Amino acid sequence: MGMSAKYVETDVIIIGAGPVGLFAVFEAGLLKLRCHLIDVLPQPGGQLAEIYPKKPIYDIPGYPSILAADLVDNLLKQIAPFRPGFTLGERAERLERHPDGRWRVVTDQGTEHVAPVVFIAGGLGSFEPRKPPIANIADYEQGRGVAYFVRNPDEYADKRVVIAGGGDSALDWAIYLADKAQALTLVHRRNEFRGAPDSVEKVRLLAEEGRIRLLTNAQVVALGGNGALSHVTVEHDTQGSIRIETDYFLPLFGLTPKLGPIAEWGLQLQESAVVVNTYDYSTNLPGVFAIGDINTYPGKLKLILCGFHEATLACQSAFKIVHPGKKLSFKYTTVTGIEGLPAEKPASC
Amino acid sequence: MSEHLITVKVVDRTQRIHTLQAPTDMGLNLMEVCKMYELPVKGTCGGMALCASCHVYVLSEHELPPPSEDEQAMLDSAFCVRANSRLSCQIRLRDELDGLQVQLAPESE
Repeated sequence: MGMSAKYVETDVIIIGAGPVGLFAVFEAGLLKLRCHLIDVLPQPGGQLAEIYPKKPIYDIPGYPSILAADLVDNLLKQIAPFRPGFTLGERAERLERHPDGRWRVVTDQGTEHVAPVVFIAGGLGSFEPRKPPIANIADYEQGRGVAYFVRNPDEYADKRVVIAGGGDSALDWAIYLADKAQALTLVHRRNEFRGAPDSVEKVRLLAEEGRIRLLTNAQVVALGGNGALSHVTVEHDTQGSIRIETDYFLPLFGLTPKLGPIAEWGLQLQESAVVVNTYDYSTNLPGVFAIGDINTYPGKLKLILCGFHEATLACQSAFKIVHPGKKLSFKYTTVTGIEGLPAEKPASC
Repeated sequence: MSEHLITVKVVDRTQRIHTLQAPTDMGLNLMEVCKMYELPVKGTCGGMALCASCHVYVLSEHELPPPSEDEQAMLDSAFCVRANSRLSCQIRLRDELDGLQVQLAPESE
């Protein structure tokens, strides 16, 4: 991966690097099609990596039981000969026609991908931070006090910060920012934390030393401030409402998948899923296919197993689009083995 | 009617009350039954107590097994959590839960 290439040309752009997107690289590779994957998460694996890496999966043929994280590792090994490209940590924002008839996918960070075929393997959508249901929270986003990620810790130097959450990111940032911030408050709904035990220990120690104000059995329920955030209101189980003057509020409650920009691409949708033709899982946009949990059709089941099948059939049609007029012969891997793709020549631009 | 059928009342986010008939001999949990009735419950993780998108408040006095540590930890990522908060995917339907009443918690954006 290395430095982020700002322009990528390939045969198949795959949006979503979950299990189905990864396996599509294998099936495409057998047909000598090159693939490039885009995912909003910083690592491949989708839900398997983000939601349940340590959970066993029991319905992968040939594996009586396999941990989700191990399935991702195996898929990465399986597709390695086909040298897929990755744009990770970026969200596919726009899907549009390139002037030459191919498709162009542009990410939120401006990386441009061009290919004749696009596979949307976006699962439940892109993972985005969980936002507390506080009515006016959006008024304070975008530099006005509320942030769901810590991008630049220096921003919080000598400021007053309130963090909410009980997981590792809330604990880790509370510990880190306790030194930097002028005042740091950590709000959590119960007295136990699910984060790593030594982080929990550190937070309690910092609280005893008075460097963190720890408010447990409490939740942030309201925000206030004219134009920019100036205070939050915390509801404590026994002490009632507490007002805290602050410059920043960081709700760190993990990530949740949302359909996101895919909804704006002109695809035929049905209840947040992309309608496909089961002949080849093509969508209403020619050259754009949808595979895995993101698609819907009569009888659809959201299973990894079914996504693998969908990816395989979609590749057959993808080949015909990438190589119009060329005949495609079907071969068993057992007969022919796996012939990888050569390394790409470095881009000249 | 089968004797393994119970009634569950679900108050949705517009305060409408839905009366669901649910079998108790199919290993179903409350999240799954809500989805069968097409109530607005996401159940993103499929019922592993890993996403908090099936958060409900238990309104009736039924005795439920206490939440596991996993469920408690996941409720940490939910919002508007109260003493009667549960993840509906962790409520396994059984005959004793006939008449159970729950309310869907506000959806996080």
